Amino acid sequence: MTSLKLFAWVTLLAPLAGTIALGLLGRRLTGRAPGYLGTAALAVSFASAIAALFALQDLAEDERQVVAVAWDYASTVGVDAQLSLLVDPLSVFMMLIVAGVSMLIHLYSISYMASDRGYTRFFAYLNFFVFSMLLLVLAGNFLVLIIGWAFVGAASYLLISFWYRRATATRAGIKAFVINVLGDVGLVLGTFFIFRHTGTLDFLGTFERAGEAFAGNSADLTAGLILVLVGAFAKSAQIPLHTWLPDAMEGPTPVSALIHAATMVTAGVYLIARMHPLFELAPTAADVGAVIGCLTLLVAGTIAIAVTDLKRVIAYSTMSQIGYMIMGVSAGAYAAGLFHLMTHAFFKALLFMAAGSVIAAMAGQQNLDRMGGFRRAMPFTFGCMLIGGLALAAVPPFSGFFSKDEIMLLVGDRGGWYWILYVAGYVGALLTGVYAFRMIFRAFLGEPVAEARELEQGHLHHAEVHTNPATGEEEDSDVGFPGAEHHIAEREPTMKIAMGVLALLAIFGGLVQVPHVTHVVDGFLEPTFHDSALYERHPSDSLISLGVVLGTVAGVLGIAIAYLVWVRNPGLSGRVRERLAALHKLFVNKWFFDELIDALVVRPSRWFGSFAQQTFERVVVNGVLVGGTTGVVKAGSSAVRAAQTGFLRYYAALVVVGMVLMAFYFLVST
Amino acid sequence: MDIGWYLTVSALIFAIGAAGVLTRRSPLVILLCIELMLNAANLALIAFARMHGDPDGQIFAIIVMVVAACEVTIGLGIIVAMHRRRLPINVDELRELQG
Amino acid sequence: MAALLFFLAGTGAIAGAAGVVAMRNPFYSVLALVSHLLSLAALFLLLHAEFVAAAQVIVYAGAVMVLYVFVVAYVGGQDEPLGPRPGSGLRVVSLVFGAALFIELCIATLGSGLSLIDTRGTPVGAGFGSPGQIGELLLTRYLLAFELASFLLLIAAVGAVVLARRRGGVSAADDQARYSAMDLLRPANTGTMAEAVGVRRRLPPATERAGATEPEQAPVTDADR
Repeated sequence: MTSLKLFAWVTLLAPLAGTIALGLLGRRLTGRAPGYLGTAALAVSFASAIAALFALQDLAEDERQVVAVAWDYASTVGVDAQLSLLVDPLSVFMMLIVAGVSMLIHLYSISYMASDRGYTRFFAYLNFFVFSMLLLVLAGNFLVLIIGWAFVGAASYLLISFWYRRATATRAGIKAFVINVLGDVGLVLGTFFIFRHTGTLDFLGTFERAGEAFAGNSADLTAGLILVLVGAFAKSAQIPLHTWLPDAMEGPTPVSALIHAATMVTAGVYLIARMHPLFELAPTAADVGAVIGCLTLLVAGTIAIAVTDLKRVIAYSTMSQIGYMIMGVSAGAYAAGLFHLMTHAFFKALLFMAAGSVIAAMAGQQNLDRMGGFRRAMPFTFGCMLIGGLALAAVPPFSGFFSKDEIMLLVGDRGGWYWILYVAGYVGALLTGVYAFRMIFRAFLGEPVAEARELEQGHLHHAEVHTNPATGEEEDSDVGFPGAEHHIAEREPTMKIAMGVLALLAIFGGLVQVPHVTHVVDGFLEPTFHDSALYERHPSDSLISLGVVLGTVAGVLGIAIAYLVWVRNPGLSGRVRERLAALHKLFVNKWFFDELIDALVVRPSRWFGSFAQQTFERVVVNGVLVGGTTGVVKAGSSAVRAAQTGFLRYYAALVVVGMVLMAFYFLVST
Repeated sequence: MDIGWYLTVSALIFAIGAAGVLTRRSPLVILLCIELMLNAANLALIAFARMHGDPDGQIFAIIVMVVAACEVTIGLGIIVAMHRRRLPINVDELRELQG
Repeated sequence: MAALLFFLAGTGAIAGAAGVVAMRNPFYSVLALVSHLLSLAALFLLLHAEFVAAAQVIVYAGAVMVLYVFVVAYVGGQDEPLGPRPGSGLRVVSLVFGAALFIELCIATLGSGLSLIDTRGTPVGAGFGSPGQIGELLLTRYLLAFELASFLLLIAAVGAVVLARRRGGVSAADDQARYSAMDLLRPANTGTMAEAVGVRRRLPPATERAGATEPEQAPVTDADR
């Protein structure tokens, strides 16, 4: 057990050591050394995670929830706050995914960010992010969870506004941070609601006491869990707190791959899975989660078929897939949801990496309208993107198929009104196929654009004038802006290795949980979820077969539609767009959520702020409070000052008159 | 004569001195009126000393005289300094220390 | 006999006091005060305070009043209008409150219930109020008061000298002599920035000072300005 705790600590602290080392030594390291240092820290972390896995499996099944306490923060007024880690199958599972995928993305970034002036800063921030995420998943009590949650938000902000001289990037970073803070508030308030009744912040303790603590207070529990869900939705970019995720694509592509695809946005899924005993006691909250997850996956899917920025298509895809995961874990399909988290991490990171390669070939341009025909120029990238797309579209035997299938299976198994979610899920799968291959066909098939032709000649296109891809503003390539050079996968071995490993995982990763054949994920996570009523489920064989068929059909049909519209009949998409102009407008404008939030939240806040400053501050505070009290004092003192006339005789008169009056008083009183 | 008469005279002189301080304009004369008041106090002290048969009052009166002398010295020094600086010797016009 | 003297001296005192207040010419006020003081000395004599009476005549009427006469002569005692500015209520106030003061004092002393007020006082021996008795008291019981009084006189004397010193102004010859002790103690070839710039006159080096009888003036050149 001690070795397990040790490995957990090493896994957690290795990235922190990396950050500190990079922060202190950064100036002295030249070339790509900071990149290697960062990746080495992550490699140590991943190795330690694997060791932790083995150490965990060495323990008996019912002992596999280990708490490692570092020290007590405070033990007062009924609050027991400790720095404790909970090492159990769920956290080791998340640890492996986070450390593993992060390591590969670090490897990718060694070359991708090579010419950027902020190279060392990038790796320092990235290591810090991994540390925060590991802290979050290893948290053993609410306090450490909230700390990790907040750190992750901060890291996200730092990395989104990495190119800090770009106004669009800083604005996006602020937007993400503000929405995340909103989620933080929800999380903290929810924690308080729960803590009020259970009296402990520790996870295992809370789960044990949850049954009798909330016996008569289920309304409190539901309210608390809905607040916690607010936090989960903000972090996982579910409706209505999702508006930050597309804007977060302003950050460098490795950041999008790591934070906004593989790890940070999955924190909400992890949260719901971790709190499953509480959710099972308050089914209303779980239902809310399932409904929001379903809504998100549909809305995001529709937007993804309309937007034209390559990274934003993938971002909305992420939002949609997380919708699946949230729906899954809210419906009780914990292992399935987490399994999809794992496969999604693989293929989404792969997709982002490939997209990064394409964008580099386009010298920083991200617009799909200007891309085309990169197939011959970038075969490796094309292959990776294809694998990622097939996994995303859930085509068997790629990994995405098995995980998404598992979720839909268990959702359908719940029965009742969950059938609506079941149908919606497969509609979403169809949309997924469409947008995934729309992206691939438009970028790689068709007539090669100028940049592709240049690349075929062996020359990587360089823009003369560096511009902001979103607004077209001119920039330079100095500190705070992207570097002057671009690196594509075909030319950089580290990028190839990273993408290759992920491609293999995307292809074969699903085989660990094939229905009726293998149960690796299920079995592994059993000790965490053994107290769950919904975990042990045996859906009927007919449902399994139905699911397999529907999944395959949806995926393949989606690809076929995409092929028809964008490859076979190039003008068809234009005509459809004109026919359904209103619908297209709705999708392209992201269902007007940004405008809605602006009208409901931003404008009133601004109005309130200016009211406070102009009127309240000026009139009440300055005028009445400050001016009033000083005015009273001033009036009093000028009244007293009137006695100082400067006349000598006036003073003498005062003395005499005073004396007379006093004498009079004394004479009278005796 | 009864002691009371002396005390009456003293009170009268004191009152006259006080009225003079309030009335006159020249600081020199105001000092003179202050002298009057001091002398009235002296008279009262001597009278009381006689009343009780105790010479303490006379000692007190001597000390008062010393104080009066010192005060006169300084007061007149100030008036001379004022005159040197061509300031008007008029308490109504010397009123800068106001506010 | 004593009553007659009392009335004469009393009238003199009151008349003198009234004269101080009422006379326009300050010189006449001073003279009125002198007569007042002499009358008061007579009253003191009636009260068996011989030493105090003598002191009053010699010190007060003699020295202090002479001082007043000198100052009035120096300052110039022009006739001046008598009262406060016309229109100010100060005149009425002073008269009213002066009268009120007098009445209150009378009530305070005469109505106080002191049993001896209506008599001539306790019988006293022959040496009462004599210089011997006063001297003995001053040097034994009231030694502290005596010493403090002399200290006060010293302070007054110093103050008078300070006030009367000639300060900046009338003749240029005064400027030369403004040096402090520090200047005399400073070594040669040292000085302050003010002196370098010419704001202050520089004292010549100590060697020269030892031989010279008068301090020279350092020439103020354009470079210094």
